[in-house]
Amino acid sequence: MSELKTNLPASRDESKTVFGFWVYLMTDCVLFASLFATFAVLRGNTFGGPSGADLFSLPFVLGETLLLLTSSFTMGLAVLATQRGLKTQVLAWLAVTVFLGAAFLTMELTEFTNLVREGNSWVRSGFLSSFFTLVGTHGLHIATGLLWIGVMAAQVYRRGLGHATLRRLTLLSMFWHFLDLIWIFIFTIVYLMGAVQG
Amino acid sequence: MSKPFKIVAIVLVVLAAGVGKFLLLNGHTIDVLMPKGTIAKQELDLLVTATLLMMVVVIPVFILTITIAWKYRATNTKAKYSPDWDHNRAIETLWWAVPFMLILVISVITWKSSHELDPFKPLASNKPPITIQVVALQWKWLFIYPEQHIASVNLVELPVDTPVNFVITSDAPMNSFWIPQLGGQVYAMSGMSTQLHLMASESGSYHGSSANISGQGYSGMKFIAKASSRHDFDDWVTSAQQSPSVLSKAEYDHLALPSQNNPVSTYTLAQADLYDGVVMKYMKP
Amino acid sequence: MSILGRLTPEALQHGPLAAIGLVNVAIAGAVAALVVVGLLSYFHLWSRLVGGAKWLWSEWLTSLDPKKIGVMYIVLATLMLLRGVADAGMIRAQQVLSVGSSHGVIPVDTFQQVFSAHGTIMIFFVAMGLMFGLINLIVPLQIGARDVAFPFMNSASFWLYAAGMALINLSLVVGEFAATGWLAYPPLSELAYSPGVGVDYWIWSIQIAGIGSLLSGINFLVTILKMRAPGMTLMKMPMFVWSVLNSMVLVAFAFPILTATLAMLALDRALGMHFFTSSFGGNPMMYINLIWAWGHPEVYILILPAFGVFSEVVATFSQKRLFGYKSMVWALGAITFLSFTVWLHHFFTMGAGANVNAFFGIMTAVIAVPTGVKVFNWLFTMYRGRVHFNTPMMWFLGFVMTFTIGGMTGVLMSIPAIDFQVHNTLFLVAHFHNMIIGGVVFGYFAGITYWFPKIFGFKLNERLGRYAFWCWVIGFCLAFIPLYILGLMGAARRLDHYDASMGWQGLFIVAGVGVMVIALGIGFQILQMIVSVRARKQNLDTTGDPWNGRTLEWSTVSPAPFYNFAITPGVHGRDPFWAMKQSGHVRSEAPKYQDIQLPKNSAMGIFIAAFAFAFGFSLIWHIWWLAVVALLGIISCLILRLTNDDTEYTLTAAELARLESKNSRKGIRS
Repeated sequence: MSELKTNLPASRDESKTVFGFWVYLMTDCVLFASLFATFAVLRGNTFGGPSGADLFSLPFVLGETLLLLTSSFTMGLAVLATQRGLKTQVLAWLAVTVFLGAAFLTMELTEFTNLVREGNSWVRSGFLSSFFTLVGTHGLHIATGLLWIGVMAAQVYRRGLGHATLRRLTLLSMFWHFLDLIWIFIFTIVYLMGAVQG
Repeated sequence: MSKPFKIVAIVLVVLAAGVGKFLLLNGHTIDVLMPKGTIAKQELDLLVTATLLMMVVVIPVFILTITIAWKYRATNTKAKYSPDWDHNRAIETLWWAVPFMLILVISVITWKSSHELDPFKPLASNKPPITIQVVALQWKWLFIYPEQHIASVNLVELPVDTPVNFVITSDAPMNSFWIPQLGGQVYAMSGMSTQLHLMASESGSYHGSSANISGQGYSGMKFIAKASSRHDFDDWVTSAQQSPSVLSKAEYDHLALPSQNNPVSTYTLAQADLYDGVVMKYMKP
Repeated sequence: MSILGRLTPEALQHGPLAAIGLVNVAIAGAVAALVVVGLLSYFHLWSRLVGGAKWLWSEWLTSLDPKKIGVMYIVLATLMLLRGVADAGMIRAQQVLSVGSSHGVIPVDTFQQVFSAHGTIMIFFVAMGLMFGLINLIVPLQIGARDVAFPFMNSASFWLYAAGMALINLSLVVGEFAATGWLAYPPLSELAYSPGVGVDYWIWSIQIAGIGSLLSGINFLVTILKMRAPGMTLMKMPMFVWSVLNSMVLVAFAFPILTATLAMLALDRALGMHFFTSSFGGNPMMYINLIWAWGHPEVYILILPAFGVFSEVVATFSQKRLFGYKSMVWALGAITFLSFTVWLHHFFTMGAGANVNAFFGIMTAVIAVPTGVKVFNWLFTMYRGRVHFNTPMMWFLGFVMTFTIGGMTGVLMSIPAIDFQVHNTLFLVAHFHNMIIGGVVFGYFAGITYWFPKIFGFKLNERLGRYAFWCWVIGFCLAFIPLYILGLMGAARRLDHYDASMGWQGLFIVAGVGVMVIALGIGFQILQMIVSVRARKQNLDTTGDPWNGRTLEWSTVSPAPFYNFAITPGVHGRDPFWAMKQSGHVRSEAPKYQDIQLPKNSAMGIFIAAFAFAFGFSLIWHIWWLAVVALLGIISCLILRLTNDDTEYTLTAAELARLESKNSRKGIRS
C-alpha cells in the first residue's frame, strides 16, 4: 500500500468548495428553469387581464439591466483587486457593487409596487402570478447577494484578505455573475418577448 | 431452511385456495378480464399479449435465479469456482440484446395500440354514434344527452353496438371517468373537454366510477352504465323526456353543490349549451 | 388577525384522529425509548444516565461524523417506518370493514389523511432516510475518505430532514394533515377545495426535508467526485458508490423542481396566486407534469442505491468479482438518463394524444433493458461463485423474485392502452409497492445487515434476520397479490367504502393479513436488534472483515474509528481490499502516521433546523411575525457559521498512533 499524505493539500480543498458551488449553481439553474417553464406555459393566461405588452416599459427594464451588468463588472474588479491584495480597493468596489445592486432592487420593487397599485397584482391572473414569482425569485437572490456582499465586506475590513476570504469572494462573484446571467434570460424571455408578442 | 420453505408452501396453498374461493364461488366479476365492449376487449387482448411476451424474460430469470443460487451454494464444493471470472462479451451482449429485442416488439405494439386505442379516436361503425356529455360534480356524475335533450345523474344509458362519444369535463376537482367492462379511463378536468369513445357489445349493467380522488365524497362517485337494445334505449329516452325535473342553469347550479351518494335521477334539458357553459366558465372572467 | 394566525384552541381538538395520533406517538415514544436505552446500555452508560443527555448532545446530535449522522438517519427512518406501517394497517382495516352499510372504523376525512400521510412518510421520511443513512455510513469508507466534502452541511441536511419529520408528526396533534393523496394534485389541494391547514403541513414538511435532501445530493456528488482515495479512478469505484453517484446526480437535477413546485403551490394557497387553480388562468395539469418531472426520477433516486447494495452483497456472498462491471456502469447511466424522459407515463389518461403517449410509453419500456441487464449480471455473479446464504443474500434473492414481477407489471402499464384500464387502481398500488418494498426496502435491509458490523462492531442475529425476511416476503405476497386482482376487478385506489356486491372484501381481508405478517416481520427485526445487542459478545467482529469482503470499508477496524482510516489507502484496481488480501499485503509494517484535520462538532445545524421548523409552522398557521423571526434566525446562524474559520481540529500523529495501537491490541489490522 502506498503511503500517502494524510492531510489534503489546501488546493484540493479549494477545488472541492468551488466545484460544490458550481453544482449548487446548477441546481439553482434547474429551479429557475422550472419557473421559466411555468412562465412559458402561463404567459398567455391573462384571464381577461393585461398582458406583458400592456404592462412592461422596456426603457425602464433596460435601465435595470444596465445597472446589473455594471455591478457584475465592478464585482469582477473587486476580485481582481483581491488577487492583487489591495484591501481598500476591494472594499471600494464592493461598495459600488452594493450600490448598483440596491439600485436595481429598488427599481424592481418600484415596478412591482406600481403594478400592484394599478390592480395588476399576482392574484389577477396566472400570467401575473408567474411573472411576479419568476422575477421576484431573481430579486430575492439579488437581496441575498447584497447581504452576502455586506458580510464579505465586513470580513475583508476586519480580517483582511486571508486565504478563506479569498475563497469566499470567489464564490460570491460566481453567484453574482450567475444572477446576471439569469437576468439576461428574464430580460429576453419575460420583457423583450413579452413586449413584442403582447 | 426447509422449515421456512414448508411454511411458505403451506401459506401459498392456503392463499391460492382462499383467492379461488372468493373468486369462483362468489361469482363476482373481474371487470377488466370480462370485457363487454369492443375497446375493453382489445385492451384485454393487449394485456394478455404483453403478459405472455414478458414471460420470455420473467420465466428464465426465475429459473436462473433458483438454479444458479442452488448449484453454486457454498456447501457444494464440487461446483466450479472461478472467483476472478467477471466478464464475457458474448454473454453480456446476449442480455443486452434479448431484452432489447423484446422491448422493440413491445415498442411496436405500444406505438400501434396507442393510435388504435386512442380514447380521442372515433369508432368506426355503420350505426350513427350518440354523444353523451359527462360532467364530474362534487360528488356525482351528470350525463347530458344534447341530441335527446335529456340528462341523468349517476346513470348512463346507452344503446348496444352503437359508438358512444363521451365528452368529459369537471366542475369539481379532477376525477377519472371509468367503466372497466367497456374500456379504460380518461381524466375529467375543469376548463377542459376530454373525449372517450366506447361501444358496448352486450346488454347489461356495468360498474362505473371515478378513479381519482376528488375529496370527501369520492368513494360515492359511482354510477351504472346500462347498455340495452336500441328499442329499450329509445323507451328510456322517451320516459326521461317526460321527467318532471328540468335541468335549467339554476337547477344545475343547485345540483353542482357538494352532495354525496346521490340517487339516480333524470331531467329534461332546458339549455342545449349547458355543457359548453360549464367548460367555459373556467376559461374567461 | 390574531397573533397566532389561524392557530386556535380548536386546532387541538380532534375526535378519532387524536386517539390515533396518541397511539402513534406512544408507539414512536416507546421505540425511541427502547433505542435510546439500547444505545445507552451498549455504550455502558447506565451509570451515567444523568449525563446521558449531555453525552447524546456532544457525541451524537452535534457530531459531524457521517457515520453517526447515518445512524441517526436510520433510527429516525425506522421510527417513521413504524408509523407508516401503522397507517397501512389502518388503511386496510378500514377497507376490510367499510363495506355496504358499514362505514368502517374511521371517518372519511381521517382515512384520506391516513393514506396521504402513509405515502408521504414512506417516501420522504422512511425511504429517503434509510437511503441517506446508508450513504452516510458507507460512501466515505468505500472511497477511502475520512469525511464528506461539506461536513457541516451534512449535519444541517440531517436536521432539516428531522425538522420536516417533526412537522408531519405535529400535524397529528395540532391541526390536520392533507387529505389529498401523497402528491396533493390541484385543484383538490388548492384553497377552494382544501381550505384547512392539512395541505400546508404537507407542503412545508416535505419542502424542508426536501431542501435537506438537495443539499445532501450536492454534498455526496462532490464527495464522490473529489474525495476518492488516490488511485481510485471512476472505473475502479465500488458499484455502490457508482449507484450513489447516479442517484445524487438525479437528486441535483430533480429536487430543485420539487422545491419550485411546492413553492408555487404554497404561493397559490398563501398569497392567492393562480399557478394551479382551475380558473384565473391557472393550470392544474402543469402541476401534475412538474411534480412527476421530480417524482419519476425520485423513484430511481431510491432504487439505484439499493441496486448498489445488491451489487456489493451478491459479489461478497458469492466470493467472486462482480460480473459485467462495465455493463453495470453503463446500465446505471442509461437508467439515470432515461428516468427524466418518462414522467408522462404517470398520466396517460390526461389525453395528451396518441403520439405523445406512445413516445413516453416506449421510453418507459426501454428502461427495462438496462434494468434487466443488471439482474442478469447479478445472477452471473453467483454463477461459478461460492454462494453463502446469509441474511443479506436472502434479501437479494427475495428482491430478484419480487422485483421481476414488479418489472413485468411495470412494462404492462407502460403500454398506454393497458394503463387506461389499470391506472389509479389497486393494480397500480400493487405495482409500485412491488418496486418499493421488493426493490428499495429489501435493498436497504440487506445493506443495513451487511454493514452493521462495520458500524457497531458486531453482527446481527442470523436466525431472527431470516425469520424477518420470510415474514416480509410472505407478508408482501399476501398483501399485494390480492391488490393486483382487486385492480382488475375495478377497485380504484384510495376508496374509503365500497358496495358489498363488488365482492372485494375477501381479497381485502387477505391483504390485511399480509400487512399483519409484515408487521410480524418488523417485530422480528426489533427483536433481532435487541437480541443482537445483548449477545454482542458472541458476534463481535474482531477482524474488521466479517464477510471476507472486497472493498475498502472492510480494511479498517470495526467499528470504524471516527477518522475512518489512519492512513489513506492507495487503490490499484477494483475490489482493492480483496486484492490486498490475495497478495498478502494487508498490514503496513511501520506505519508513518501524520496529523489529520477533522471537523469540530457543531450545533448550528440543529439551530438552523429548529428555525426552519418554526418557519414552516408559522407559514402553515399564518403567524407572519414568527416567520420573519425564524427567517432572521436562519440567516444569522448561516452568517455565524459561514464566517467561522475555526471549524476543524488536528488529530496529531502521536494521538493517532496511540489510538491505532489500542485497536491492534484488540487483534485488528491497521
